[in-house]
Order: sequence, then structure tokens, then C-alpha cells
Amino acid sequence: MIKSYKLRRHLANGIIYVLLAVMGIIWISPFAYLLMHSFRAEGLISVDYLIPHEWTFQNYIDLFTGAGGTASINFPRWFANTFVVAIFSCIISTISVLMVSYAFSRLRFSARKKFMNVGMILGMFPGFMTMIAIYYLLKAMGLTGTLVALVICYSCGAGLGFQISKGFFDTIPRALDEAATIDGATKNQIFWKIILPMSKPIVVYTVLTSFIGPWTDFILAKIIMGDNLDNYTVAIGLQKMLSNDFMNAYYKQFLAGSVVVAVPITLLFLKMQKYYVEGVTAGGVKG
Amino acid sequence: MTYVEYKQLNPFQRFAHNFKRFILRVPHSIANFFKAIGRAIVGFFVGIGRGFKNFGVTFVRGDWATKLSYLVFGVGDIHKGKYYKGIIYFLAEVLYTLYMVFFGWGYLKDFLTLGTDESGYRFNELGMTEYHEGQNSMLILLYSVLTLVITAVIFAIYISNIKDAYRHQVMRANGEKPTSLKQDIKDFLDGKYHITLLSFPVLMIAIFNILPLIFMILIAFTNFNSAHMPPGKLFHWVGFQNFGELFNVVQGAKKAYTFVELTKWTLIWAVVATFSNYILGMIVALMINKKGIKLKALWRTLFVISIAVPQFVSLLLMNQMLQTNGAVNILLGHFMGGNPEIKFLSDDMIVARLTVIIVNCWVGIPYTILSMSGILMNIPEDLYESARIDGAGPVKTFTSITLPYMIFVTTPQLITQFVGNINNFNVIFLLTGGDPKSTELYQAGETDILVTWLYKLSVGSEKQDNGLAAAIGILVFIICATLSLIVYNNSKSMKDEEAFS
Repeated sequence: MIKSYKLRRHLANGIIYVLLAVMGIIWISPFAYLLMHSFRAEGLISVDYLIPHEWTFQNYIDLFTGAGGTASINFPRWFANTFVVAIFSCIISTISVLMVSYAFSRLRFSARKKFMNVGMILGMFPGFMTMIAIYYLLKAMGLTGTLVALVICYSCGAGLGFQISKGFFDTIPRALDEAATIDGATKNQIFWKIILPMSKPIVVYTVLTSFIGPWTDFILAKIIMGDNLDNYTVAIGLQKMLSNDFMNAYYKQFLAGSVVVAVPITLLFLKMQKYYVEGVTAGGVKG
Repeated sequence: MTYVEYKQLNPFQRFAHNFKRFILRVPHSIANFFKAIGRAIVGFFVGIGRGFKNFGVTFVRGDWATKLSYLVFGVGDIHKGKYYKGIIYFLAEVLYTLYMVFFGWGYLKDFLTLGTDESGYRFNELGMTEYHEGQNSMLILLYSVLTLVITAVIFAIYISNIKDAYRHQVMRANGEKPTSLKQDIKDFLDGKYHITLLSFPVLMIAIFNILPLIFMILIAFTNFNSAHMPPGKLFHWVGFQNFGELFNVVQGAKKAYTFVELTKWTLIWAVVATFSNYILGMIVALMINKKGIKLKALWRTLFVISIAVPQFVSLLLMNQMLQTNGAVNILLGHFMGGNPEIKFLSDDMIVARLTVIIVNCWVGIPYTILSMSGILMNIPEDLYESARIDGAGPVKTFTSITLPYMIFVTTPQLITQFVGNINNFNVIFLLTGGDPKSTELYQAGETDILVTWLYKLSVGSEKQDNGLAAAIGILVFIICATLSLIVYNNSKSMKDEEAFS
């Protein structure tokens, strides 16, 4: 009886290992394909075999030196644009999110519930609806096609994403605040000296998500930048490489560029994963 | 059903029971929703009435400075020695007046017509044609909304100015002195800290979320489209015409037909995408977290990588791999011989839709795994321990503890994902771009969902139809908001009534 139970368990685990391995391969193979073909020397667009015949770094070199024949494709510049936008919107969004979350979690004022409900309802409108209107607004301000516009867009609504960090702040015992208040601390001091130092996971989480945002956003950047190729970010830039005019010359550079963007973002994300799970579960389970 | 009866059910019966109750309660919560709206409206008007009353009473009781504050902001405060606040009030009034005279009114006066002076060539006094720069309906609408928002803010400042003047009057009558600037600053870091924290984010949200939203909602009631495109052409208020076109089911009405077809597909897509991700993701998460499975971190990382890689990279890559000469066809060719040249994305409606759903599994399952893993690790260990002591085997613990716990904790998340899928722009747009194309649909393809159609109608095509797009946006909002609110109310009551035990 015991023996057969053990056998059954081993069998079950064996099946699970096989399934996990197969699925792991399915999930990882597109990226393996991407990585391999970014080093491919021969051919222009797709080739009818899976493993490249000749390997080279030339695609990466071309990507950063701008070889390829078209001046309007300028990957280094797009990379720098994205970096600058990411830094600024990261700073502004992190500050807004933490301020709003602290206010909703710890401070009690008459319109608190109303503000939170309005925030929830605003989040239910399809993003594109406001995006299109924001485009007109920025156009009226003369900001379309600029990087400032992107920073504004990525950070302006950040305050609405307060739920996760508010949930996290809610888990910090209130007794700490009360003790500090008795010792004469103001709400401001409690925020900076007690709550923030205790919220490292959620602060790191907020910083990383808002930093990663501009690298991955596609649609908003496309609407705002239009044809102003100089101020493109990497996301729309890479998609531009796949458009009919450029595809033949730039397909392999597109693959290389995707690797260049995906690797740092992936590393950041994996580093953040710990904080992500910590933050999300701490904030999420309580609902 | 009594508590004892409920306890005797097995987990699936319990789930069915809860599910039935949930469904039965939907009409109830819709009714509650409208009741709440009704109450809010009544409360709003009662509030306004009370405001008017206070407005009058304060005027009667006020001294000359308070009375003058009704016309000139800040006089009351300055008279009582609260100089800095009084000056701020006064400046606000001056700035607002300047804004209205030099800018705001010029646009607001045309708000009802959206402009009557069209650009175009006309004869000048010498009898020659010359280009005449007319009005721009879009700017009129945009700046009118801005002016209305600013006016609302100024009105709030006006009311607070009167209240403050009266408050200081009462304070002086009681022999108190107004607080100093230093004390006020200290107060803003403590008792009124929420104002300090929230004013900047709220201002940003007001300008870049609320103002555009009002603007877009108003656009839905205009004929802003490629035939009325500013600058150059004017557009006008058309009432509910855009909504009428969407619901006009007369034979041959292309827009209405497209709307119905896309709504059907959007709902099918949202249901299938949500449940396939949820169920498959849960199975994989359970496999990874099963006791005795080694290398848990490795398996999890394998899946998480596809979340980490930016979606535009993975989806554009998928798009390339699914082309007729892409990697998937090559791989299939290895097994079947030759190149099957299956057109996954651009030929047949069924094939394209299936492909989108399968690729969405690839995109979405890791998210489910990630959140489920967190929840699985959070199941209290003592639940398992006591079950083991009671003699429960692995199957029994799974069906009576793990599964009910997961379903219980993740139900709200399921709905959030459903709403997220209704708005799931990236997958459709980057993968198929709405293809395969269709001649029966109005500016849309067979895999377009409502939000990608919205995008195509407003910025994505030559022949824009912004009014229609805004109307679609409002309808999508109504669907999502109703769903979220019903579930929000329900899940809260579900939680309160029977915490997991």
C-alpha cells in the first residue's frame, strides 16, 4: 500500500515535470528565436529555417552606428529619449503615488471616500478615450511631438494607481502612528520617518513599475509623437522598423533592438519580482 | 439554507450555491446602484439648498467687511488681520477676471454653437478672393471646458472666501486672534496634511484626466468627423445622433451592424480570454507549487520572463512568427513536410480569432501564475495541519482547502481581468491590427474589439469619425463600470457574510 502510494506520487511528479518542461520550452522559445536571429548574418527578412547559418554582431553594431541607409532611423537617440522620459516620469509618479496612498491610508478627512470612489470610476474609462483627448489638449498647448508631453502623460494619472501601495500601507500597524503622535510627531514626520522606511518593497515596486512604463508603452507614445521621428521612444521606433518602407533593411536590426530593450527590462523586472509578490500579496489579500 | 446545511455541502456545491446566490443578487445590486445614484442626486440638491441658505444667512449677519467679501474676494480676511490669505483670495479674483476678459469668454460665448464663422475663400472689399481664417470648433470646445472647470474652481474659492471672512468675524467677536502664517504652515504638515499631499496629484488628474474626459464625453454629442475636421471646417452639436447610429438596426446600416458584431466578439473574447487564462494559469500554478516538485524558482522564472519582456516586443515577434513564412509555419513544415503556409492572422475569421485567443493564453497565463503563487503560499499552514490530523488525504485537502480558498480569494480578481480584457488593446492591435479585413464592417476588421475600433475611428485611419468613437468609448465605460460596481458591491457583501473558514 505504502509502496504503491510512493510509486503513484513519483509517477505524478514525473508527469508534472514533463508538462512543466514542455510548457517552459513553449514559453521561452519565442525569445530564443529572437535572440538567435538577432545574431544572424545572412538573409534579409524571415528565413525558412530555425537556426541561423552564420553568426555575427553586425546587427548590433549597425543598430548603434546608424548604418542602414536611412537617417530617420536613429536607435541610440530613441534609447536616450526613452531613458530621459523614464527617469523624469519615474520621479514624478513615485512621489504622487506615495503621497496619495499615504493620504488615503492614514489620514482621515471628510471627502476621503468620495475621492477614492471618483478615482475608481475614472479608472474604468477606456484608456484610449482620454488619450485621444489628451492629444488634443497637448496639441492646443503646442506640446505634441515633444518629450515633455510624454513625461506629463506618463506621470499625470499616476496618482490614480494608489490601490496597491495603499493596501500595503494599510498593513502597517496603526499603533506605530499613535505612539509617534503621542511623542509629538506630526503627520508629515510620520510619513517620512516611519511609514516610508517601513515600506521598502512597495517603494521599490512603485519606482520600478513607473520606470519600466515608458519603455513598454506603445500606443500613447505613437499618438503623441506622430511623425516626429527624432523624439520617438524605443517602442514606436522598433515598430517603425517593421513598417513596409523599412522592413527589408531593418528587420534584423529590429530583432537586435528588441534584445537590447528586452534584456535590461527583463533583469529589472526579475529583480523587482520579489518586491512585486511581496507588495501585491500584502496589499491584495486584504482587498 | 441554514448554516448547518451549508456546512454539509461539498466545496463544489458550496461554490455552485454561492454562484447562484451571486447571480440572483445581480438585479438587486443593479437596483441598489440606481438607488445610490438617486440618493446622491438628492443629496447634491439638498446640499446646494443648504449652501444657498448659509449664503444668505451669512450675508445678513456679516459686518461691512464680510458683506464686501461677497463682491471683492479677501476683504474680510484683510480687515481681520489675516493678510496673506486675504491677498491670495484677492489675487485669485483678479487673475480670474483677467483670464475671462482676455481669453476665456472669447471661447465660452460660442460654446452653444461651437462657432459660426467658417474658414474659406471669400471676396474682400477689392473683389479679390482671399483666405479667411475662421473659428476652430475644437479649440472652442476645449477651452470652453477649461473655462468651465476654472470657473467651478473659482466658485469654490469664492465660497471659501465668504466662509473664512465670517469665521474670522466670529473669532474677533469672541476676542480671538487669527492664526499666523507660521502656525498655518505647521497645520498643513499635520492636521491638514491631506491637503498638502493631495493637491498636486489632484490638480494633475483634473487637468490630464478629468478635463479630457469631459471633453471626450461632449465630443460624443457632436459631428466631429473627417467631413467636419477643424481647422478649416466647423462641427456642431448633434445630440444623440452618434448613439442613434450605433443602435440603428435598420437593414444595411453599416455602423450599427459593425457595432453589434464587434460587441458580440468583444464579449466572447473577454469571457474566453479570462477563463482560459484563469483555469490554465491555476493548473500550472498548482503544478509548480505542488509539494515535492523541485526547482520551483526556475519554473516560475521561465514563465515570468514573458511578463518581463515588453509586450510590444513579444507581440510584434509573435506577429512575425505567425506570418506565412514565419517560424511557426516552418516548424509545422518540419513535421508535416513542405511549408503549410497557414495564414494565421489575415485570412479566415475563425482561424484568426482562435490564434488571438491562444496567443493571449501565452501572454496572460504567467500573470495568473504569479498572483496565484502568492496566494497559494499565503494559505494558512494550520489549515492543512488540522486537516492532516483529521485524517484527510492529499485529494481531500485539495478539494476542501486549496480549491475553495483559491476561488474565494481570486473571484474579485477574475472580474478585474474580465474588464481588463474588454479593454485589452495591446494583444489585438499588435498581433493582428484587427485583420482579417472585412468589407461588411465599418472601418474595422474581423478581430477588432470595441476599443481597437475606437482607436481606428479616432486616430488610426484617414477617415476619422471622432464623434462616433467617443460614443463607443462611453458605451464601453458603461459596460465596464456596471460590471465592476455590481461585483464590487457583491464581493464585499460576500466577504462580510461568510469569511473563509
